[in-house]
Amino acid sequence: MESALIIEKFILITVVLVVSLVVAMYMTLVERKFAGFFQDRLGPNRAGPFGILQPLADGVKLFTKEEILPANANKLLFIMGPSLAMFTATISSAVIPWGRDLVFGDKVISLQVTDINVGLLYIFGVVSLGVYGMMIGGWASNNKYSLMGTIRAASQSISYEIAMGMAIIALLMVTGTLSMRGIVDGQASTLYGLKGTEGLGWNVFYQPVAFLIYLICMFAECNRTPFDLPECESELVAGYHTEHSSMKLGFYLFAEYINMFVSSAVISALFFGGYNFPGQEALVNAGVASNVITILGLLAFFLKIGFFLFFFVWVRWTIPRFRYDQLMRLGWNMLVPLAIANIGITGIVMYLTGHIN
Amino acid sequence: MESLTNRKKVVEQKPMTFAERMYLPAIFQGLTITLKHFFKKKATIQYPDVKREFSVNFRGIHSLKRDDEGRERCTACGLCALSCPAEAITMVAAERKPGEEGLYREEKYAATYEINMLRCIFCGFCEEACPKEAIYLDGDIPPASFDRENFVYGKDKLVEPIHKK
Amino acid sequence: MTVTQSLFYFLAFVAIFSSLLVVLAKNPIHSVLYLILTFFTLTGEYILLNAQFVGIVNIIVYAGAIMVLFLFVIMLLNLNVQTEPQKTNLIKFIGIITGGIGLVVLTGSLKASDPSNLVVIQNVDMGLVKNLGKVLFKDFLLPFEIVSILFLSAMVGAVLLARKETK
Repeated sequence: MESALIIEKFILITVVLVVSLVVAMYMTLVERKFAGFFQDRLGPNRAGPFGILQPLADGVKLFTKEEILPANANKLLFIMGPSLAMFTATISSAVIPWGRDLVFGDKVISLQVTDINVGLLYIFGVVSLGVYGMMIGGWASNNKYSLMGTIRAASQSISYEIAMGMAIIALLMVTGTLSMRGIVDGQASTLYGLKGTEGLGWNVFYQPVAFLIYLICMFAECNRTPFDLPECESELVAGYHTEHSSMKLGFYLFAEYINMFVSSAVISALFFGGYNFPGQEALVNAGVASNVITILGLLAFFLKIGFFLFFFVWVRWTIPRFRYDQLMRLGWNMLVPLAIANIGITGIVMYLTGHIN
Repeated sequence: MESLTNRKKVVEQKPMTFAERMYLPAIFQGLTITLKHFFKKKATIQYPDVKREFSVNFRGIHSLKRDDEGRERCTACGLCALSCPAEAITMVAAERKPGEEGLYREEKYAATYEINMLRCIFCGFCEEACPKEAIYLDGDIPPASFDRENFVYGKDKLVEPIHKK
Repeated sequence: MTVTQSLFYFLAFVAIFSSLLVVLAKNPIHSVLYLILTFFTLTGEYILLNAQFVGIVNIIVYAGAIMVLFLFVIMLLNLNVQTEPQKTNLIKFIGIITGGIGLVVLTGSLKASDPSNLVVIQNVDMGLVKNLGKVLFKDFLLPFEIVSILFLSAMVGAVLLARKETK
């Protein structure tokens, strides 16, 4: 029994890891391809049909490039930086519920690596650690641009974590649980109790302001445009990874894409119903096998993740980068007060509608 | 001072309204613009596979023409070399031997005829100077190469193939 | 020895070892990194006690926010062996005295408290968010609110300090 569980979890972890790596790998292509589409170009299309072999070519290129260790760098920390970035990016997918349980006879396979009851806080913890990869790597390169990028990364991530946490508190008041699976299952009900909206009771309709704040903070935490000041090339060469070459650079870039994937999964699970989709009740009532619904739910979840990944790219090629003081003003002067007001209003509304006593 | 054209517009800088200060409408406007471009027909022409049509007066690589019977028109008069502002053309004249009437139209012909494509500015003066209508700039764009020698085009590259006419 | 016990001893060893290195490391950046490692081992210990909430909050608050600021400041100050002034004997002496007093206070308070109550956890699920919230908001409501007012005043103070003089 014990060993069967361990094997099951091991396979699940491997699958999740491989999926997030492959998604990250192909996000590099999608990013460049869509960048082209947004600018009326075609994007990379020489390596294989539609350029689908481009990520492999990039991988080979990064692996075979020369490894450069700056002479005055702190060797151990210099290598530890990208490794830490990669590590923190990959471990946060552990608490994401990818789908309902698969049932084979009397064997139940959970499509979630672990359902700890502080799942959401775990994600926050991992996100807050993500900045260490950049800080350590940037500081260890002994380069002023890297240090500037590092400092920007650290202060940006701390500032936006606060607004992010505040936004999530309002969400938690609605859901009443910190477990990721609990939050997703809570969204399976109807929307405002309306008929025919089963599976559409998504938190985004109950907490739109929290969703907006979370979305903005998500961009900031992933260091994506318009908040990509840590690697702002017009001011800082390449920011914290200026001195990193070869696959060490590759790890930093890869970690960014994995972060994008994971945060898309998290925001879909928190606000967009995760694996719930409209019409699932009707399918259950029609007697469709539960495994089929699970697979459909998984597809719905990945569709939502795909939309947010697309949104990341979409925003990147639309909105220009913030100036540093604008970034800080947005974080502290607008998002934090807005989030606090949202908590207050949520509390009042919940009290008036009798959800709390 | 009175303006010269009366087309001057005074730009007024009003303080932003609350909706403008929220920036969200502007952001969505921007997002729709980029999304429109996402689905637009792409402007890219995939060059080596697909080529754009040249304009009618495009001047490309020179070609030395033949007449209706397949004889070289060039008589090595040197007017093209003389008119060339870039001094890209050199030639060596030779006299036609008996029995070569099928090859060269005139009694004098160019034994070697070389154009340096690195010097050539594709002005078309040679074309206009030629009294025999022997040279035309009706070819393609000269291809790239790693060596300078490859840009000196001899008769082997310039003269029209015989089967063409 | 069970898995839990061996994990406990491993984490305890790493915690003590890395906290010693915090003091002994020459490079202040390394000190901070060892301190972060210490926090991680402490989180491991909390999780062994089934105190998930405290464990995760320890990571978020200490490792994720406070230590980032520490690292931040130390990186900006660019402290290293050359620039750091040599400590005089007087400062060393004062340090030993204060440290020793701290040790005495700690041992005294440990001795005064009832040791058997420290080890035994009455309720295994005590550390879960639900139970913790109930305890905080029912049994310890007044101290909890006073602490939050303390934090609020600290925040207001920080904002006042950081504000630009308008004159």
